[in-house]
Amino acid sequence: MSFDNVYEAITEEQDDSRWAFGTGFADPLSGVDATVPAGVTADECLALGDDALIMSHRLQEWVTRAPELEDEVALANIGLDLLGQARLLLTRAGQIDGSGRGEDDFAFLRDEHEFRNVRLVELDDGHFGHLVARLFVFGVWRLALLRRLLDATDPVLAAIAAKAVKELGYHREYAAGWVVRLGDGTDLSHQRMQEGLDATWPYVPELFQGPERAEFDEVVDQVLAAATLHRPDGGAVGAVGGRAGRDGVHTERMGFLLADLQSVARAHPGATW
Amino acid sequence: MVTARAVAASVTDPELPMLTLADLGVLRAVDETGGRVVVSITPTYSGCPAMDTMRDDLVHALTDAGYADVEVRTVLHPAWTSDWISEHGRRALAAAGIAPPGPAPAGPVPLTLGRPRRGLTCPRCGCADTEELSRFGATACRALWRCRSCAEPFEHVKEI
Repeated sequence: MSFDNVYEAITEEQDDSRWAFGTGFADPLSGVDATVPAGVTADECLALGDDALIMSHRLQEWVTRAPELEDEVALANIGLDLLGQARLLLTRAGQIDGSGRGEDDFAFLRDEHEFRNVRLVELDDGHFGHLVARLFVFGVWRLALLRRLLDATDPVLAAIAAKAVKELGYHREYAAGWVVRLGDGTDLSHQRMQEGLDATWPYVPELFQGPERAEFDEVVDQVLAAATLHRPDGGAVGAVGGRAGRDGVHTERMGFLLADLQSVARAHPGATW
Repeated sequence: MVTARAVAASVTDPELPMLTLADLGVLRAVDETGGRVVVSITPTYSGCPAMDTMRDDLVHALTDAGYADVEVRTVLHPAWTSDWISEHGRRALAAAGIAPPGPAPAGPVPLTLGRPRRGLTCPRCGCADTEELSRFGATACRALWRCRSCAEPFEHVKEI
């Protein structure tokens, strides 16, 4: 076996199963019973799948930019967990809505107004304090939210939530650890961490439609007290005619994010490699 | 002919090759009816990229063993836990220098701040004076630790 270059070697047809790259991955729900119970809509899977997909994309942007190698690995791993959750949830959304759309159709071929993620996940991070604040809020909120779905009517959603809850416990702990380390650190790190919280907090009210606010507040208060930080008291960022992220109304950052995420897939529809 | 169960159980994890899929606890069922084999596996982490490789490796191993009709199915429920790693698997991990997981937490995990509560035994020198360097490691399921006695870093399969 000799090849002119390494790429030829890894694309050799008979042996490509060794390599987890390119297209043609198996459906992440392959073999799972696709029956949809009466009354179940795709809304929940779509919303939670979009949250995970967009947050994962923002975390991937930190790869090569994190302050330490260990944190780069941590952020990449958290992003990978969320991407996995997104694949499962979006695939399930395509089963429920009967459209037959797969994960790639949802991720790459929808326009901005069709995305149902909360605006918190699409914000770009000016500095590490912004990222930590966002990841902390996201982790505490999503863990509380998915815990409620362990007994969801849709058994597939319940099973995805059961797996995700275990992963999110690790994400929340990582982010909370950094909130304390920066908040209770030097004057500069304290200031940066508070800036991150201040920038994130206007997007917090949008997150809550259910009863998980109490758990969120309890965990946040515990961590902020240990970090010697204060909870920002500014108002919420406005909705547009009463509509926000869950209704497909996003911030100006979302268009740039989607251009980055989708441009290759759209320039070469159906391409495989 | 080797049974389909035996073939599937001997396929190893692509990232932890000292473990078979049976040792890792991801192999949930192997059903063989009339020449058709249905293998059920369960993901360790939602985003584990090794799942596709496991799927392919299972199909290849069974096809090579003479089973022409093979299907690999995903089972999500109940979710995988590190408690399903077999005793044999735990010994194989330790022998390869990877600290095996302790018991997985049962039920909701409260947030803890500060250092983890439990020390690990260094798989190289056996010393208990160890520290966690990073909760996240080279793959989703591993953390990075260091032994304060022999000063060597080592990996640890996380409890989940």
